[in-house]
Amino acid sequence: MAVEKTVRITSETGVHARPATALVNKAGHYSSDVQLVYNDKSVNLKSIMGVMSLGIPQDAELTIIAEGSDEVEALDAIIEVFKQEGLGE
Amino acid sequence: MKNLQGIAASNGIAIAKAYTLEVPDLSFDTIKIEDTETEINRLHDALDISKQELEKIKEHARVSVGDEHAEIFSAHLLVLSDPELISPMEDKIKNEQVNAEVALDEVAQMFIKMFEDMDNEYMRERAADIKDVTERVMAHLLGVSFPNPALIDEEVIVIAEDLTPSDTAQLNKQFVKGFTTNIGGRTSHSAIMARSLEIPAVVGTRTVTNDIKDGDLIIVDGIEGKVFINPEEDLLADYRDKQADFAKQKELWAKLKDEPTVSKDGVAVELAANIGTPADVEGVLDNGGEAVGLYRTEFLYMGSNDFPTEDEQFNAYKSVLEQMGDKAVVVRTLDIGGDKELSYLDLPEEMNPFLGVRAIRLCLERKDIFRTQLRALLRASTYGNLKIMFPMIATLEEFREAKALLLEEKDNLVGEGVEVADGIEVGIMVEIPSTAVAARQFAKEVDFFSIGTNDLIQYTMAADRMNENVSYLYQPYHPAILALVNNVIEAAHAEGKWTGMCGEMAGDPIAIPILLGLGLDEFSMSATSILPARTQIKELSKEEMASYKDELLSMSTADEVEAFIREKTGQ
Repeated sequence: MAVEKTVRITSETGVHARPATALVNKAGHYSSDVQLVYNDKSVNLKSIMGVMSLGIPQDAELTIIAEGSDEVEALDAIIEVFKQEGLGE
Repeated sequence: MKNLQGIAASNGIAIAKAYTLEVPDLSFDTIKIEDTETEINRLHDALDISKQELEKIKEHARVSVGDEHAEIFSAHLLVLSDPELISPMEDKIKNEQVNAEVALDEVAQMFIKMFEDMDNEYMRERAADIKDVTERVMAHLLGVSFPNPALIDEEVIVIAEDLTPSDTAQLNKQFVKGFTTNIGGRTSHSAIMARSLEIPAVVGTRTVTNDIKDGDLIIVDGIEGKVFINPEEDLLADYRDKQADFAKQKELWAKLKDEPTVSKDGVAVELAANIGTPADVEGVLDNGGEAVGLYRTEFLYMGSNDFPTEDEQFNAYKSVLEQMGDKAVVVRTLDIGGDKELSYLDLPEEMNPFLGVRAIRLCLERKDIFRTQLRALLRASTYGNLKIMFPMIATLEEFREAKALLLEEKDNLVGEGVEVADGIEVGIMVEIPSTAVAARQFAKEVDFFSIGTNDLIQYTMAADRMNENVSYLYQPYHPAILALVNNVIEAAHAEGKWTGMCGEMAGDPIAIPILLGLGLDEFSMSATSILPARTQIKELSKEEMASYKDELLSMSTADEVEAFIREKTGQ
């Protein structure tokens, strides 16, 4: 059973290196597989280059999907990073 | 003579000989690999060494250009651990039986191209980051040395295609007077770093690496964005004049370098500097620092892969103390935890690390780590004017326990026949509101206070200073903060002790008049703020500032305080 949440990016500068670093670092703390889906493309959220390669701009709608033994905690923690980094809601 | 027009990236004028930053030959052969497992291990070894180097460069950058700029290396480190980068390389070696160089190159090129093709300028520039990190790995695979700007040891202007983040982090201002590159813009990484290092730079000249040979005399005009190669005498003379004009402001400050810090009405205070490594002491003295008010010892621990030994620490402390001579050096004992982690110390994850086991709390839990540091400090104490300060003290018991450990180690050393200075002052950082409130009780037992405003404000306002959404609550002039600061100073003075301040606030032109009026004894700030602060204090009357105390403390908001000070001091 996977869990997922959708986030809208409010940050003017989109997902830049600094917040991407925070997201990837956080995802790396969990054993669950975590995917980031944007524009029908899905990347591994544990990969900095995967996340950066999406070039996510302001107003983008993203879906985060976590699947694994700690999927609920992982999803919550990642959503929290979005808030902390001022990325979106 | 030849001249080039580029983009003015960092103010100032530099005149020196050219030094071309060589790009190493990273060409390689394609080899068929039989033992693919060993080859994959070879790849991992190169990745590991590169990561270790980047950790060091990151720490170097933290000190030389600040945390914010050093952050880029956190991203670089993640690239080298990126499963999407490493797995395809391993697969290539395994399935295509190619050497690690081929696998690295093909996978890296794919990512570089992907970023270069993106339609957003910011993302296109990230291609340079990937190139920077993967070339470092390639150099290790090939056993060739990677550009090492840290090795430059004469005055030069660095000429390069581009300066990578790892290059700029290693630039030594003492020798690198300026730089100029073929590519880049005002917002490129190299330009940002140049401004933060305060060295003149012109970027985006397109052809500078072709037009300049090593040893050519170069003028870099970072005001107009011009580069002159082997200039004629009169132009050179003109530029020497311009250089002098530009330096005038700095010279004005420099005149105050060896003067004491005295207010208009004749009251002396001490202007000290915050440092992270022994290498910073030179900047302190050059900027007229009267003491080191905060020596952050974390860098000793963060710059390596294991705890620093007692001898390593002893050498660092001794070096700082010797360089400072009679001037006081306040050493803060290890402040790890919170946002500062050590790769080799497994700290449990905490819900609120800033409210968890950090600084003195960690040291009292891991006394082995703490004792080593205390011994190193005590051994170094005979080489200068050492004062020891414990961070994050919340209760008197913590202070007593830490001080008892210090005295115990002193006895041990004396018993071993090691000389230790007598009368070392032992104080505390005041960064927890409870300690600021109970300062009167603490003042009876400590020798001094140093107010750490960054944390004190964060804890008093209950606002995480890393969280942009609550950054409006970071209010140094809030009447509550002023009341705490005032309470600490009054408590210290009642017991004949002194109070310093070692947060950002101590060097802030609005805060300085307030703090002078409240009676702060020592202001510790970044070295470059010392001379402007001394200039400011010379124009202020302490008596006048002190007369505003009650009025300031009874104001309702930080804005009110700021407006009042601006009006009174004409800022």
